[in-house]
Amino acid sequence: MTMDLAASQTAFADALLHADRPVPDGITTARGEVDAARFAVYRNNVFVGLSKALAQRFPVTERLVGTEFFMAMARAYAQDHKPASPLIIEYGDDFPDFIASFQPASKLAYLPDVARIEAAWTRSYYAADAVPIKLAVLAAVAPEMLADLRLVPHPSAALIRSEYPIGSIWSAHHEEMVTPVADWRPQVVLVARPEMTVEVHILPPQDVIFATSLFNHATLGAAAGAAFAAGPAFNFGAALMGLVCLGAFSALQQDEGNVP
Amino acid sequence: MTASKTQADALPARAGLGLKPQHYDAILADRPDVGFFEVHAENYMGAGGPPHHYLEAITQFYPLSLHGVGLSIGAARGLDKEHLKRLRDLIDRYRPHSFSEHLAWSTHDTGFLNDLLPLPYTAETLARVIDHIDATQQTLGRRLLLENPSTYVLFADSTIDEVDFLATIAERTACGLLLDVNNVMVSAVNHRLDAATYIDRFPVELVGEIHLAGYDETVDDAGERLLIDAHGTAVKSDVVALYEHTLARSGPLPTLIEWDNDVPDFATLLAEAARADAMLASEALRRTRRRIRAA
Repeated sequence: MTMDLAASQTAFADALLHADRPVPDGITTARGEVDAARFAVYRNNVFVGLSKALAQRFPVTERLVGTEFFMAMARAYAQDHKPASPLIIEYGDDFPDFIASFQPASKLAYLPDVARIEAAWTRSYYAADAVPIKLAVLAAVAPEMLADLRLVPHPSAALIRSEYPIGSIWSAHHEEMVTPVADWRPQVVLVARPEMTVEVHILPPQDVIFATSLFNHATLGAAAGAAFAAGPAFNFGAALMGLVCLGAFSALQQDEGNVP
Repeated sequence: MTASKTQADALPARAGLGLKPQHYDAILADRPDVGFFEVHAENYMGAGGPPHHYLEAITQFYPLSLHGVGLSIGAARGLDKEHLKRLRDLIDRYRPHSFSEHLAWSTHDTGFLNDLLPLPYTAETLARVIDHIDATQQTLGRRLLLENPSTYVLFADSTIDEVDFLATIAERTACGLLLDVNNVMVSAVNHRLDAATYIDRFPVELVGEIHLAGYDETVDDAGERLLIDAHGTAVKSDVVALYEHTLARSGPLPTLIEWDNDVPDFATLLAEAARADAMLASEALRRTRRRIRAA
């Protein structure tokens, strides 16, 4: 019996993605027999390939839970999340959301946010290149214009906000030697690639509202106002200089358009 | 059609290596004598960052082979237009010396399946693949090399021999072929065929590039030898011998060492390339001597 190609590939894909399905009709061997071990090579290639892609993108997450746990979690994700395109470099963008809903990992409440740093790291690595704005450019802006200015986040930059010290956890597990995290409190992390190296920075707590506001496209004046309202520790000059020096922004913008 | 031989931008008949990010800096610092570098197209489809930065720099000094793993030429459904456009942009940007893809499928309604899946060799599949290659070559504005697959199963529906299938595609689409000698060994062992006979029947005059890689070995449910195309070790000795047999027929051809998993240090890759280079040089010498004797 001959199946058309579309039906045959649907049957093949179906058996490939479900380990409990039999080898599809028409798949044979030189002996003329069905051989499940041979078909399983394809099944294995798909799931091991996807799990390894996740392990490569989420190495700290893997260190936090151990390889065996991670591979089981990756396999569970891969079962229901196939890459949307052949761009495996984008695979796992929503793996942190999956981790948040993955019951066996629920005791590690910080795990999804640590994974969000790693997801952002890869996006930052492949993001469009842009020259970050320099302090000199800001210094050249007339003081009365400053408050109405907006800063455009660099294409590689992202803020990850967490109730947990995710920056410290990421950093402590990033190197071979794991060091304990001393100060257990909420952190906001900036992931950015001003040039060719992706950098992960923990923002000073007093700068968090300012940075978040700017990334949400608030004017410098509004962002500073919100930060001052939250606490007297905020230092406008230091906060702005800090973010600009980390390469967080790639352009200045006034309401009528870009500042040259 | 042997257009690849006369194209000014063809790869050199030397050994080449897969380009890995962990070797970017060493390559630029040391400029090792490697015939060409090959990259998987899909790894360079991001907007920017180190991949493009380094590929721009490295292609100033080395010929580039662009190897696609995601076009799904054998899919029953139509080609992914967006993916074709990404390929065209990449080709326009880097002007690679060669572009190759696989006789396989990998996309389905459920998503990208991340493996090179096998095809039944029938008149229907043949027509489908020919349409897809015509469309691809037209969109990309260049000839592609189509790679022979490694397979673990057969299709009861198949009516056409694999070599005839590839030769017919090449004849109808004017595409070239990429001969993966490791794939030949893997499929030959897995399907009780003679690898040397496969090579002897292969239209080597259409081959623009050869691939060599290491396979893994296991057994199937009947305890028969089952080779897996793993790309995680040095080239095995029987594949080296089959490569020598191939070169005796084809003459020296650009030859890639594929080592994509458990990638070793760069010196180990260079040693693999040096072995292939020595075999290419020895075949060139053998041919020169034969020409001199004939004269």
